[in-house]
Formats: sequence, structure tokens, C-alpha cells
Amino acid sequence: MTRENITIYTPRPATIKRIEQMTENEKLFEIALDDNMPLGHNPGQFVEVSIMGIGEAPISISSPPTKTDGFELCVRAVGNVTKAMHAMNVGDKLGIRGPFGNGFNTSMLKGRDLLFICGGLGFAPMRSLINYVLAYRRDYGEVAILYGCKRPCDLLFADEVRRWKSMDGILDHHLTVDEVCEGESWEHDIGVITTLIPKTKFDPETTYALVCGPPVMYRYVIKSLKERGMPDDHIIVSLERRMKCGLGKCGHCQINSTYVCQDGPVFVYSEIKDLQEAL
Amino acid sequence: MRVIKKEDFKEFVNLLIGDDTKEVVGVKAKGGKFVYDELSSADELRLDFDVTVLSPKKYFMPPVETLLRYDLSSDFKVEPVNEVTPLIIIGIHPYDLIALQQLETVFRDTYPDANHLLKLERSILIGTNMQNVSPHSFAASMGTATTRYGYDLMLTDIGDSYYIEIGSDRGEDLLERYARVSKPDKTHEQRFESVINGIESKFQKALNFPPEELPSILARTYDSKLWAEKAEKCLSCGSCNLVCPTCYCFDVQDVTELNLRRGERIRTWDGCLLEDFAKVATGENFREDRASRYRHRFMRKGKFLYERFGFIACVGCGRCASGCLPDIADPVEIYNTLKEEAL
Repeated sequence: MTRENITIYTPRPATIKRIEQMTENEKLFEIALDDNMPLGHNPGQFVEVSIMGIGEAPISISSPPTKTDGFELCVRAVGNVTKAMHAMNVGDKLGIRGPFGNGFNTSMLKGRDLLFICGGLGFAPMRSLINYVLAYRRDYGEVAILYGCKRPCDLLFADEVRRWKSMDGILDHHLTVDEVCEGESWEHDIGVITTLIPKTKFDPETTYALVCGPPVMYRYVIKSLKERGMPDDHIIVSLERRMKCGLGKCGHCQINSTYVCQDGPVFVYSEIKDLQEAL
Repeated sequence: MRVIKKEDFKEFVNLLIGDDTKEVVGVKAKGGKFVYDELSSADELRLDFDVTVLSPKKYFMPPVETLLRYDLSSDFKVEPVNEVTPLIIIGIHPYDLIALQQLETVFRDTYPDANHLLKLERSILIGTNMQNVSPHSFAASMGTATTRYGYDLMLTDIGDSYYIEIGSDRGEDLLERYARVSKPDKTHEQRFESVINGIESKFQKALNFPPEELPSILARTYDSKLWAEKAEKCLSCGSCNLVCPTCYCFDVQDVTELNLRRGERIRTWDGCLLEDFAKVATGENFREDRASRYRHRFMRKGKFLYERFGFIACVGCGRCASGCLPDIADPVEIYNTLKEEAL
């Protein structure tokens, strides 16, 4: 038996710097690599988070690359790894592999008008891009943001999102929830996210829509955008799939011959609209 | 090219077994079937096998393989693991050699996987041309019944001797050090030619069209009713995945010892026919119905991986056909039917 010390499956040690309870089921983790290197990611990329003894899970990065003293992951407690993460404390160690995937093409988007459409936890990766665009605001055209979640208490990054509402340089901004329960206050829209699209200010000829949300959302959002006259190659989606390796080997994220972990998770709709099983 | 008398070949194998530098593995009979297993004597070797239960893939992508070792008693202690036992594998049919080449391509792509590649690099592959053919095999029609690459040495039974093709310096070196061989004479060459030319006629099954047509046939039959009809009987057991020499999907799990201190991150074989294969933590399953999983496998073999890597990822060994309990996995039957549909 001989051992070799280089493998692509070895996570880098990292430390939890800050934990913020965002909603009942979601926490924000600020994490720094122990070698103090910046993660070096693009908005829309993801990392594989390891909790030794529990496993590994792909999590999209919520912070923009402009933040270099660590990165943020917005995590819903839903699987083994994410539940274990929720039980962790500041100072605890975990493993990081990545960043993986293509991320959003920030140079291609330069000079374009942008319409962000986020549903639920789909806001997590989108927040990275929105903050990136806001940091380089003059490089981009008009910005509109639509964000929907189930209930007012599910709103992620609520303070930040509300701040955008009154921010200069954001043309239009709508929030919506599926329902408001008794005792909850909500001064914004109620209804599924597609109800916001007809009333949002954007020019379909010059605007690129960036869409991320639960799997069921895409078909309806794309239909609404097309009804407004948006061309297929202006619609950019970020897709979720099961992943194990993040390296195009394990086969789990495959949509036909496309590997979401490598070719995605960000796709231009015109390139995948004929790809069966994609949406 | 070399020739070795059969009794000298036995001595060659026994010398290899006696040398401790590499473990010697070969085809042995077991329970009416054939398997790859460690050889303790050349007498155990059965080069007349038709097909083995599992392909030699199991040595380069073990069913359970440790990727990392961790220690939970300290903050974050993780040690990468790449356990390699250098092997000499004797008796690999050409279709399995081609399958190993395909796996190498996959594991070398973009992010080289040292856990796979090092095992391959440290091993010597001794192929053998087919003397007997499994009734399920259709390798000849896939162009995989013979091969000119992928081996260190290739043996062909020519009666009282084996004809040896040399595929690498390592192979040649092995012969020089351990074997009593001679240069083939004209009779040997003729016997070799005649054996090779006779292989194709031993197959009972064949694809009715050139395999290069598969990607376009599958492109036209994605919505065929055949997928649902066949998948109706599918048990979602993943047997077709497990016996396949070119299936390489894997799952990764952490297994902690009972002391809750040390543990291992392991990868295990996975199968796209299994129900949970594309299911995410929220419960969403991206290939929920059996038909879509069933179709995915045939599409992957004949189209998806072709688009990615340029090879048809079915080598025609027929193991899936013989391993499938409800008997719906025979690629020849599926592909030939789809060819008709696609006309």
C-alpha cells in the first residue's frame, strides 16, 4: 500500500467567523479559509462544504467577490450537512472545496440593463451578483429587482433588501409573498412572483433577466418574460441539481450531456430550451 | 510480437505470482461463472472464459474506496488517501480494455482524479483475445471484439502456444525478465491471423447498424414509447449499472468509527437507475419516474458521453443483459428497435 497526498477530493480547512439567524430555517454563515486566501469566486459559483463525519454538500456563495476577508453562505437546514451546519458555532471548523461551476458572466452583462428575479432560497446566489453589480454600479445599465418568498418571515437579507428599495440606481424593486399569516405585517405585494413581471419597469430589448428560484418557478417566469417580449438569449437561469463531486465525475448533476457542476449552474435559456429535463 | 509455449506461459505466471512487487490477478472459475480474483497458482487461470461477472473496473474504481481519513478529536484533521495496490491483471478481453480506456479518459478530464489514475498507472494489463463468447455479447458489432491499444501485453491462444502482442515497454520488460519467449514464425503468424479472423463469427448477437449511427438514432428517439414500455418492468435495482464496465457514477459518504473519533470519507458505486440518484435534499427528484431513469442510461451510453468525450460508452459485453432480472436491459435489442423507429 502506498499513499499519495494530492487529491481533488481534499477539502481546505476553514473557520466559521459569524452566524446570523436569518429566518426560522435559514442561517447566514461567514466563513474564512484558514490559509487566509480569498475564495476567488465569481457570483453564481458554489462551494462543496464538508463537515467531517456528516458529509459534503454543494452550497451557493451569497457574498460578492468584492468581499475578500471571507465569504458568506446562506444555508437552509434541510439535509444532513445543512442541519449539522445549523448546529455549529462561531469558531467551528469545516472543509471547503471549490469554488465550482461557471457563475454569471459579469463581463458579458456589462453595460446591459439587468432584471433580477429571485424566488425563495434562489435569492442566495443572486445576492452575490446583485452586490457585485452595485459595487461596480456604473459598469451596468438599469437595475430592477424582483424577489418573492412564501411568507414575510421567510424574507432573506431583509434589511439589505429593504434598503435597496429606496436606493438610487435601482430603477424598480418589488417584493412579494405567497401568503401573509395573521399577525404578520407586510406592505408589499402578495401573489406568485410572475404577477410582478407585467408591472415592472424594464425594456425587454435591452434587459437581461437573471432568474434563480425553486425548480417549479422557471417555466412560469420564462413564459411571463417572453410575453413581455424578452428574447431567449436575454434570459439567464441558475439551476439546481444533486451533486457529489463538483468536478464532472460523479454523474449526479447530469442533464443529458450537460454537467451542471461544470457547464453550469448558470445557463442562457436559449442554449438549454431544447435540452430535455433541464427546466 | 512473441510466442510462448503454454507450459512456459504457466511458468511465467507462477514466476509473477512468486514475485512480491505486484499482486497477480486473473480470471478464475467461481460458481459456474468467471471472476477476477487473486491468483495463487497459474493452474487457476481460465483464459477460456466467456465473460466475467464484473469487469476489471473494480480494481481501478473499487466498489468502496477511501478518499479521506478524518479525526474528529481535533479541530479539523483530514488526510487524503489514495490506496494503490500495484497489480498485474491477466486475461482482459478487448471490450474491457476499451472500457478501461474510456474510464481513464473520464477520470483524466479537466480535474485529474489521482485515486483512479494512479491505480491504472501502477498496474500491468495483460489482455487476451476471446476464445469463447457470452451469448449476450455483441462486442464484434461495436468494434470492441479486438483492440490494438489499451494493453501492455495481449495473448492469443494459437493451440500449443500463446501469440503475444506487445503494447508497451513495461510489457516487453516483463517478458524479458520472466518469460521464455521466441519470435513467431510463419506458422504462428498464420494461426494468429486465422484465430483473429474467426472471432467475429462466434457472436450470437449484433447491432444491425454501425455504432457511429447511435447518437443520431437516439437523438430521434428521445420521445419513443419504448422507454416507458420497457421501464414498466424496471425494478430500479441498478444491477445494469453495477455490472457495467463503463458506468462510473459514484456516491460519497462519511463513515465514522464507533468511537466517534476517526472515520473515513468513502466513495461507492452509484447507479442512475436507482430512485434517489437525482434527488436533492428538498425532495425534488429531477428524474423521478422509472422511464426517465431507464432512458437516461441508454442515452448516456449512446449519446450523452459521445457528445462529451467522443466515444460510445457501450462496449457490447452484454453483462447488463444477463444481469437484469426482468430482462429489459439488453442494449442490442433496445438499439436495434430504436434504429427501426428512427427510420
